[in-house]
Amino acid sequence: MTDQELIWRIAGGSGDGIDSNSRYFAKALMRSGLDVFTHRHYPSRIRGGHTYVEVRAAPDGAASRGDGYNFLLALGDSFARNPSEEAYYGNEELKPLSENLDDLREGGIIVYDSGLIDDEQVAEINLEERAEENGWHVYPVDLRGIAKEHGREIMRNNAGIGVTAALLDMDTSEYEGIMDEMWNDDILEANLAVIQDGFERAQEFDQTHDLEMPDHGEPEEAQALVSGSDAIAYGALDAGCRFIAGYPMTPWTDVFTIMSQNLPKFGGISEQVEDEIAAASLALGASHAGVKSMSGSSGGGFALMSEPLGLAEMSETPVVLVEAMRAGPSTGMPTKPEQADLEHVLYTSQGDSSRVVFAPGDQQECYEQIRTAFELAYDYQIPAILVYDQKLQGELRNVDASFFDREADGDPGSVVSEEEIAEAAEHHAGKFKRFQYDADDGKEGVSPRSVPGQKGGRFLATGNEHNEAGHISEDPTNRVLQMDRRLGKLESIREELDAKGNQTHHGPDEAEYGIMCWGSHQGTVFEAVDRLNDAGRSVKAIGVSDLMPYPEAEVSEFLESVEECLVVEMNATAQFRGLTQKELGRFGPKLSSLLKYNGNPFEPAEIVEGFESSIDGEELAVNNMKYVPAAGD
Amino acid sequence: MSAFSAIGDPEEAEEDEFTPGIEPQPTWCPGCGDFAVNNALKKAMANLGKNPDEVLLCTGIGCSGKLNSYFESYGFHTIHGRSLPVARAAKLANPGVEVVAAGGDGDGYGIGGNHFMHTARENHDMTYIVFNNEIFGLTKGQTSPTSPKGHKSKTQPSGSAKDPVRPLSLSLASGASYVARTAAVNPNQAAEIIAEAVEHDGFAHIDFLTQCPTWNKDARQYVPYTDVQDSDDYDFDVTNRQEAGEMMYEVESKLYEGEVLTGRFYKDDRPSYGQEKRSTGEMPEEPLAERYYDEDAEWERCAEQLIDKHT
Ligand SMILES: Cc1ncc(C[n+]2csc(CCOP(=O)(O)OP(=O)(O)O)c2C)c(N)n1
Ligand code: SF4
Repeated sequence: MTDQELIWRIAGGSGDGIDSNSRYFAKALMRSGLDVFTHRHYPSRIRGGHTYVEVRAAPDGAASRGDGYNFLLALGDSFARNPSEEAYYGNEELKPLSENLDDLREGGIIVYDSGLIDDEQVAEINLEERAEENGWHVYPVDLRGIAKEHGREIMRNNAGIGVTAALLDMDTSEYEGIMDEMWNDDILEANLAVIQDGFERAQEFDQTHDLEMPDHGEPEEAQALVSGSDAIAYGALDAGCRFIAGYPMTPWTDVFTIMSQNLPKFGGISEQVEDEIAAASLALGASHAGVKSMSGSSGGGFALMSEPLGLAEMSETPVVLVEAMRAGPSTGMPTKPEQADLEHVLYTSQGDSSRVVFAPGDQQECYEQIRTAFELAYDYQIPAILVYDQKLQGELRNVDASFFDREADGDPGSVVSEEEIAEAAEHHAGKFKRFQYDADDGKEGVSPRSVPGQKGGRFLATGNEHNEAGHISEDPTNRVLQMDRRLGKLESIREELDAKGNQTHHGPDEAEYGIMCWGSHQGTVFEAVDRLNDAGRSVKAIGVSDLMPYPEAEVSEFLESVEECLVVEMNATAQFRGLTQKELGRFGPKLSSLLKYNGNPFEPAEIVEGFESSIDGEELAVNNMKYVPAAGD
Repeated sequence: MSAFSAIGDPEEAEEDEFTPGIEPQPTWCPGCGDFAVNNALKKAMANLGKNPDEVLLCTGIGCSGKLNSYFESYGFHTIHGRSLPVARAAKLANPGVEVVAAGGDGDGYGIGGNHFMHTARENHDMTYIVFNNEIFGLTKGQTSPTSPKGHKSKTQPSGSAKDPVRPLSLSLASGASYVARTAAVNPNQAAEIIAEAVEHDGFAHIDFLTQCPTWNKDARQYVPYTDVQDSDDYDFDVTNRQEAGEMMYEVESKLYEGEVLTGRFYKDDRPSYGQEKRSTGEMPEEPLAERYYDEDAEWERCAEQLIDKHT
C-alpha cells in the first residue's frame, strides 16, 4: 500500500444519483489504470436521508474501503427541498455535509453544493473553524445552479465531477467516454456541458490543497468493475445454472435481479414467487426435473427456506442457495452488513442435517466458489450454500476481465443416461434404485440419479426416510445405511475441497501471530496485516472460505504455527471462533476475538488497533468494537 | 436419441402400469376415500395413454400425500403444503413431463393456501387434486379449513367458530382456468374429470371429496351426489365466469346441508403460464431440461454476454 491514494466520498440523499455517479467515476479511474474499490453506505429509505459512496483509488491494490477519506463531494439532499423551490420536505439538506465530517482526514478537500446548502446553515455547524483545525480546504460551488442552467437539477452530480476533476488536475476524458456509452444525444450533451461548467468554475479557485490524482500508467489489461453480487450471478451462469426462483429481500435482491435480467438471454428461467418457502421449493422442483437451479435470500427469508433445505438434503435434490447477510435478529438493520447468520446457515433445518457452505472473501472468490458450489451440489446431490453479506454484495472492485473468461459448465452432474438406467440394478418393485446404498462411481455416498421423462428411471423423491427405491421406510437397518451414506458425502467433498484450496493466506509464513477471518473483510484484514508487518510486528492471516465441511487440516496447521490468533468478525457472539473451536476441539486458549457489530464494516486501522491491544492486553480505545479474550484467560 | 424418451411414448399405457410392484401395501385405513383417488388417477392416465415415466406426481404431507407410494410414476413427496411450487417449477423446467400435484385440504387450503392462490393465478399447466375429507387425517382428526362451522375436534372442543373455506370459489377468484369437484362415491365421474383436467392446458383444480371413516364419520359428503352436468336443474355455462361463480357458491353452501353437487364448474381456454412466458421471451421454446443432454447445445458464457458492461 502507498500513501498515494484518493478516497473520494460523494454524499447526498437516496435518489440523488449517488450510486450511478460513483460507479462511473470508479470506472473512469479504473480505465485510467488505477485499482479501485467502492464502499456504499445507505439507510433503509427510498428517497432522501443521508447516503454516501466512497471510491478509493490507488496505483497498486485497493482491497478495502481504507481508513477515513480525503475528498468530500457533498451534494446536499435535494429531496429535502424538491421538486419545486417552494416545497420543503424537511431539514436534512445539510446532512451530506454535516454528517460526513468526522471521517474526513486532515488536509482533505470539501466541495459542497452552495445551491442547496446556504451560508447560514454552514455557519451553524462551524465549518470554518473545524476546517481550520483540520487543515481542510473548502470549496463551495453552486452545483445545483450549474445543472439547472443546462436543464435538469439531477445533473448536479456531474457538475460535482467537473469540480472534482479540476481540483485534482484530472483528465475528464475517461469519464466523458463512459457518459457517451450510457446516454444518447440530448442527455449526453447536457451532461457534458455540466461537467465542463463545473470544471471551469473550479479552475477559478485558488487551489490551496495538495491532494492530487495518484500516479498511474496505462492499464496492463482490461479490467472489469464488479460487485460481489455480479460475481456470484456470473459464476452461477457459467456454472450452468439456468433456473432461479426468489422473493426480494435486501441485500439478496441484488443477485436475484442480476440473474433475472440475464437468464432469459442465456435460455434460462427466472421466477419471482409468493414467498421464500415457494422460492426454495421451486428451485427443488426445477432441479428434480433436471435443470441446475438456485434460490436464495437474506436472514428472515432464509429462515423460511429451512424446511425445503432439509427436503433437498433428504431427497438428495441438488440445489444452490445464496444467503446474503444483514444485521439481525429479525429484520434487524436492512441495509447494514453483519456476519451473524453463520450458525443459522450451518445448522438450520431439523435432524442431523448437513450441507456444503462457502463464504467467499472477495469478488474473485464469489465467482469461483459459486461455481464450486454448483459442481459439488450436482455431483454429490446435496444442497450447497454460499453465504456473503451486505458489504461484499455492493462493493465494486476491479478484477482482470480475463478472469471471467471461462467455459460454461453444462454438465448436469451425477445424472445417468437412459442406457445406463437400462443396465442399472433394478428394485424388485420395478423402480429404479435411485438411493442405492453401495453405488460406486468413485464419490463416497453418491447414488445414480435419473430425471422425470427418462425411460425406466422412475423413483420417488421424499423427505421421509426411504429405501433404495425411494419408498418410505422406517426399517432400522435401512435408516442407518441411508443416513451414513448421506452424511458420508461430506468426507469426499472435504477431499475435493482440500485439493482446490479455497482458503486464502496472507503475510509471512513464519509469522509469530495470526489473524483469522471469514467472508467479506478478508481484504481489510490483509491490508491491516501488511501495515502491522511494516510497523515491525510479525503477523499472518488466513481467510477461511469453507465452513462446512470445515478445512480442519489447513486451519490446524495455521493455528499450530502461531502463538496467538485474533479472530476478526462482524458479529457480537464470535460465531466463527465458536465454529473453529467446535470443529477443531482445541486451540481455545490461542483464540481471541475482535468483534464489530454497529452496522459499519471494519476499517484496516481498526484491525491494526484491535490487534495491538490484544497483544498488549490493553483496553480497546475504540468504543465501536469489542475484544473478547481467549477462553480460560 | 432424446434424453427423455418416455415422453409421449404410449407403449406402456395399461392401467396396472400405474400400480407399483409388490410393495408397499397401502397404509390407508379400510374404507378411506383416498383409494378412490388413486384408482381414478390410474384409470385416467391409462385412458390417456400416458407412460408412468412421463408422469411426475408431486404430493404434500398427510394421508393424501402417501398417494405417491401407491401410484407408480416419477414422484416427489414434498413437505406439508409445498407440492405446488415444486410441481410448477418442474413443469417449467421440462414442459414435456405430465405434472400432477396432490394433497389434503389442510395441506392445500391451509398451510399451502398462499401457493394455491398463486399457482392458480399464474395458470400453470398442471393438474391439482385436493383430497377434501374436511379433516386432518394423518395428525389424527383435527379441524381442517374445510371442516364445517361448529365442527368439534380435540383442538377445537367447543366447536369451530370459523366458516369453512370455499375452495371452488377461491380457485376461480384466484385465476384457475379449470375448476371441478368430484367425489370418491362416483369413480366413473372422477376418472373422467381427472382425464379432462390432465388434458386441460392450464391450471386444473379438482376438489375431490373423499371420506375419512376414521376421524370424520359425520361428514355429509358420502351421500349420493348429483352431477350438475347431467341434471336439468342446473343449467349453466362452464365457460362463463359469472355463471360458474354463482353455481359454485350454491354448491359450496349446499355441501354442508347434505346435498353434494359435483361436476365441472369452470373451463377457460386462456393460454397457460408457460405459453405466456414463452411469448414474452422469458422462457425458452425448447424444454430447458433437454439442453443438458444436447451435445450441440451452445452454452453461452458470461464473458461474452456481460463483461463488456463492466470494463
Ligand atoms: C410444517 C408442518 N406442520 C405440520 C405438520 C404435521 N402434519 C402432517 S399431515 C398434517 C395435516 C394433514 O391434513 P390434510 O392435509 O387435510 O391431509 P389428510 O391427512 O387428511 O389427507 C399435518 C398438520 C407437518 N408435517 N409439517
Ligand atoms: S385417517 Fe382418514 S384420511 Fe387417513 S387413511 Fe385413515 S381414513 Fe384415510
